[in-house]
Amino acid sequence: MANYRDIIASYQDKPGGIIEAYHALQEEFNYIPREAIDEVARVFGVSEAQAYGVATFYSYLSVEPRGKYIIRMCESAPCHVAGADEVIKAFENHLGIKVGETTADGKFTLELTQCIGQCQGIPVITINRVPYEGISPDQVPMILEKCK
Amino acid sequence: MAEEVRIVLRNADKIDPNNVDDYINAGGYQALEKVRGMDPKAVIEEVKKANVRGRGGAGFNAGLKWSFVPPADVKYVVCNLDEGEPGTYKDRTIVQKDPQTVLEGMAICGHAIGSKQGYIYCRGEYPYVVEQLNQAIDQAKAKGVLGDFDIEVRMGAGAYVCGEETALIESIEGHRGEPRFKPPFPGVEGLWAKPTVVNNVETFANLPEIINKGADWFASIGAPNYPGTKVLTLTGDVVNRVPIEVPTNTTIREVIYEFGGGIRNGRKFKAVQIGGTSGGFIPESLLDTPIDFDSMSSIGATLGTGAVFIMDDTRDIVDIVTRISKFFEHESCGKCNPCREGTFRCYEIMKKINRGAASAKDIDNIVLLARVMQKAALCGLGQAAPGPIMTTLQHFRHEYERKLV
Repeated sequence: MANYRDIIASYQDKPGGIIEAYHALQEEFNYIPREAIDEVARVFGVSEAQAYGVATFYSYLSVEPRGKYIIRMCESAPCHVAGADEVIKAFENHLGIKVGETTADGKFTLELTQCIGQCQGIPVITINRVPYEGISPDQVPMILEKCK
Repeated sequence: MAEEVRIVLRNADKIDPNNVDDYINAGGYQALEKVRGMDPKAVIEEVKKANVRGRGGAGFNAGLKWSFVPPADVKYVVCNLDEGEPGTYKDRTIVQKDPQTVLEGMAICGHAIGSKQGYIYCRGEYPYVVEQLNQAIDQAKAKGVLGDFDIEVRMGAGAYVCGEETALIESIEGHRGEPRFKPPFPGVEGLWAKPTVVNNVETFANLPEIINKGADWFASIGAPNYPGTKVLTLTGDVVNRVPIEVPTNTTIREVIYEFGGGIRNGRKFKAVQIGGTSGGFIPESLLDTPIDFDSMSSIGATLGTGAVFIMDDTRDIVDIVTRISKFFEHESCGKCNPCREGTFRCYEIMKKINRGAASAKDIDNIVLLARVMQKAALCGLGQAAPGPIMTTLQHFRHEYERKLV
């Protein structure tokens, strides 16, 4: 696994590169570790509060560890009318966790998201940012089965 | 039968979007070549005369926006690909079908305002679009078609407010995406305090054809006050959930029944919300309104991004508006009071109405709150957030009243 210091250093000359660095850190660690935020603050010359403020402003950045598969259910109005609530209930039932939680084995995290721009195929979920369209509750076991 | 007119999507499904040679063979980069032989001021005048108005939703004349840019050593062109309005997938469609036309549009703008550096701010929900754009930029650079104009893609990280141009700029600078006070406007003081033109993907994608065929040609298409076409994305209870590009004098009814194929499952129409989740709700009686910006404004609705969210007669308007209120409560950046507190209270009151626990007094309160937000919020998010509440109270008030205690 790459060292967080090396990852951050590779973005230090990029103007405004903090968010790019966070994306790269998250790609590697699946979340942004606390010590990496302190390092970002040092390298980019901002306070730790500012660095933490950026990391926690954006929905797709996380300062908490998450599962290997992050499943997001779109809850915006078009997906809502297409049955998003039933799909999320099916995920909760099959995984035994609530929205915002991670399974004990660290495999799945369940989150809600706002519109992901795939509204031709409502309701839509993403698994690690890959969209899947037209999801119904009865497809949920099969979807989970495919996540090895 | 109404027909599509394709300007922005002229190459869609006709060329390989991931091959710059295909784009060039289809006439691509001729417009950029043409403007390089023109005085930059003449390019701005041509775009102004075409009256191409901002396709992100604000509807401001793009050429006029460019004309405000003062002389400076460094200037930036920024493409807004932070498409976050629920129901909208047009910018993704445009880029996935024809990325080079967006790059060419940006380079045309670069020549007009005297900028050598462009940025595309792509939402974090579209990592695959970032990849595709980077590939397109590499190909264009290898061909040398962009000349000395450089383009870099930056990826957002899930914040609806970053579609607001000053919040977007803050985000490129690596900050929290909180809108700035205006003035100064970005055209004068934008990215890293330099003059910056921020335009939507669809606005840029219109430019090559405007240059190739002329301002008069463009201005003659569609509605006179908002000429050209609009890419619309259909979603909800409609048969065809597809992107379409239509002249701006097309009516809402044509969009839903001719292009959309009508309501799904043989049901009846109840409402349509156009322009994204901040758009107004429109009842049956107003469906003969043309979709252009000014016609939509005249009925208290919006064209916005061009999202078309159709609801059938089984849908619960109050429940949908409650969900929309949750969206704004979540997406408010928290910088200004009217929006931070206002979206929170709107959601609170909407939940109360939706579960049947509210009285007429709550409706009075939410209307008062909505007016404060519309007048006092710092940016478009807080100003537009009450729109769905106000327009549904106007057109579907009975649905609220039947839930009151």
